[in-house]
Amino acid sequence: MPRTVAFREALNEAMAEEMEKDDRIFLMGEEVGYYDGAYKVSKGLLKKFGEKRVIDTPIAEGGFVGVGIGAAMVGLRPIIELMTWNFSFVAADQLINNAAKIRQMSGGQFTLPVVFRGPGGSAHMLAAQHSQSTEALWAHVPGLKVVMPANPKDAKGLLKSAIRDDNPVVFIEGEVLYADQGEIPDGEYTIPLGVAEVKRPGTDLTIIGWSKMVKIALATAEALAAEGIEAEVVDPRTIRPLDEELLVQSVSKTKRCLILEEGWPFNGVGAEIAYRIGRRCFDDLDAPVERLTGADMPMPYNHHLEQQCIPDVPRAVAAAKKLLYLE
Amino acid sequence: MSAIESEASEPHQAPRTPDKTTLARYYHQMLAIRRMEEALAKAYALRKFGGFLHLYIGQEAVAVGAIAALKPDDYVIATYREHAHAYAKGMSAKEIIAELYGKETGCSKGLGGSMHLFAADKGFLGGYGIVGGHIPLAAGTAFASKYRGDGRVTLCFFGDGSVPQGAFHEGVALAALWRLPVVFICENNLYSMGTPLYRSLSVADVSQKALGYGIARDRFDGDDVLRVRDRIAEAVRRARSESIPTLVEIITYRFRGHSMSDAGLYRTKEEVEEWKKRDPIAYGRDLLVRAKMDEKDIVAIEQKVAEEIEEAVKFAEESPELAFEKLSEFTYKE
Repeated sequence: MPRTVAFREALNEAMAEEMEKDDRIFLMGEEVGYYDGAYKVSKGLLKKFGEKRVIDTPIAEGGFVGVGIGAAMVGLRPIIELMTWNFSFVAADQLINNAAKIRQMSGGQFTLPVVFRGPGGSAHMLAAQHSQSTEALWAHVPGLKVVMPANPKDAKGLLKSAIRDDNPVVFIEGEVLYADQGEIPDGEYTIPLGVAEVKRPGTDLTIIGWSKMVKIALATAEALAAEGIEAEVVDPRTIRPLDEELLVQSVSKTKRCLILEEGWPFNGVGAEIAYRIGRRCFDDLDAPVERLTGADMPMPYNHHLEQQCIPDVPRAVAAAKKLLYLE
Repeated sequence: MSAIESEASEPHQAPRTPDKTTLARYYHQMLAIRRMEEALAKAYALRKFGGFLHLYIGQEAVAVGAIAALKPDDYVIATYREHAHAYAKGMSAKEIIAELYGKETGCSKGLGGSMHLFAADKGFLGGYGIVGGHIPLAAGTAFASKYRGDGRVTLCFFGDGSVPQGAFHEGVALAALWRLPVVFICENNLYSMGTPLYRSLSVADVSQKALGYGIARDRFDGDDVLRVRDRIAEAVRRARSESIPTLVEIITYRFRGHSMSDAGLYRTKEEVEEWKKRDPIAYGRDLLVRAKMDEKDIVAIEQKVAEEIEEAVKFAEESPELAFEKLSEFTYKE
């Protein structure tokens, strides 16, 4: 019997279930313990597992991200919570120069089973320093995996896989998704990293989006359906490794592709996907791959300006119609 | 410059007078490190390999003495000037030299080079190329030891150049807060690359940073391998049995430049010559003489070292390189 849970509860269940099974796993981060998590993702975990395994840190991301890497090097399996990915830049040296490279620099002697997780993307009127999509930055780095679930089922199944993975995993949770409700299977399940999912079948174009852009993609598909256009929505779920095959399969069928990305356009994840589709589906495409991205500027505070900087349904519908030469 | 022994450090145990075998072991290690680096400098000049090469020549008593205070299971983590620490932790000259030659037989299969020596089986957790970037990792390995209760201690080596870095302060702050079994060893060789200490630190006594974090501290000269061993042993004991971290500052001097491209224009020849009079290896030899070891036995050690290094160079020269086809398997664990 499937159950309905919130996105944050699904993540909480994933951590609790894995921590029950393996005492090498611990959760560390700012406010994860006594405060029950800045976004309540770790609610109740301190009570359940105690101070030894749910560890509050001071505000020192470069320090505790490094602690997670060091602990993973010698055999523990840390989950490091970043209060938000906006704060990850002060730990960028640890993530890029240590987490991603130690395995290779040591000739494969060390593996790093560590998950770095926390909310990402814009929320509401948080201004430039608290509204960032960082997936393109992390996915740029070989040695890191990047996972971005869109709903509670994916969140739980993917987080469990990330915790069991022997590589450093960047796990970005859409900040505005935490309260979203969704069905999850009862009992044990995982979703493998690197496997995309068709979130809605369709025939006329493919809309690719991840994290909260899946919601925009699905709403766009509904709006298009009212006009007799059937869009297929594909969610890569994992940015790196990318399930190129499923994306290519979908676009080969629909012959048109729109990519929705909350982040900045220049060197975005969508740019990489567009290149791969252009290369693999060149003969099938009936229109150039289209991208709708966040605005190419720091996020403004003002509500109306902010909303115009984030891809939304009306603009996604317009982009889809452009692809179908309906404008 | 000479260190003032810190009032803050606890009373030291009376230095033990080691037997000849122990002294011979330290002398062997220090000399092998010196000869290995001389061979590396020569090979570098002959363009046998490239990249950066940071020599430790002059500082040998620090790595050898400090690591002599450890048990084999303990961890050591260090900087890009880490050939000595790797050797003192039990790695062979063969696997170190082969690594610099970029060969598959190197400790890191030729993927790390001079700055990234690693030996998981010997608890040598690596050399790191970003100044101070490995200090939080040391807090992490010490965290793991405390988490598991395995009794291991982590020794974390870095230079005076790391001290202004945020990573130093974050790593030490967390180790102090959580009382982790770690010893932070600042090898103060008086220059961060070409910048003298007084132009990079507002307070010249690095060990005083410990006061703000509420951890133990010590400060002393690094030219005597026995002094280094005994003082570090005290910090290791404190880490292992009381889980109190110590910040140790050891005053030392590198006889060579920061790297091979360093012309050394920021310090005088006289200054360098003055420090060479306090060569830790010459002192190590004196210790053997004072312990009444026969000259011929000392010479035998020296010959053995020469052979060891010669063989290691030959091994490196003759070793194969990793095939490009195999490279991708090192990015991710399947």
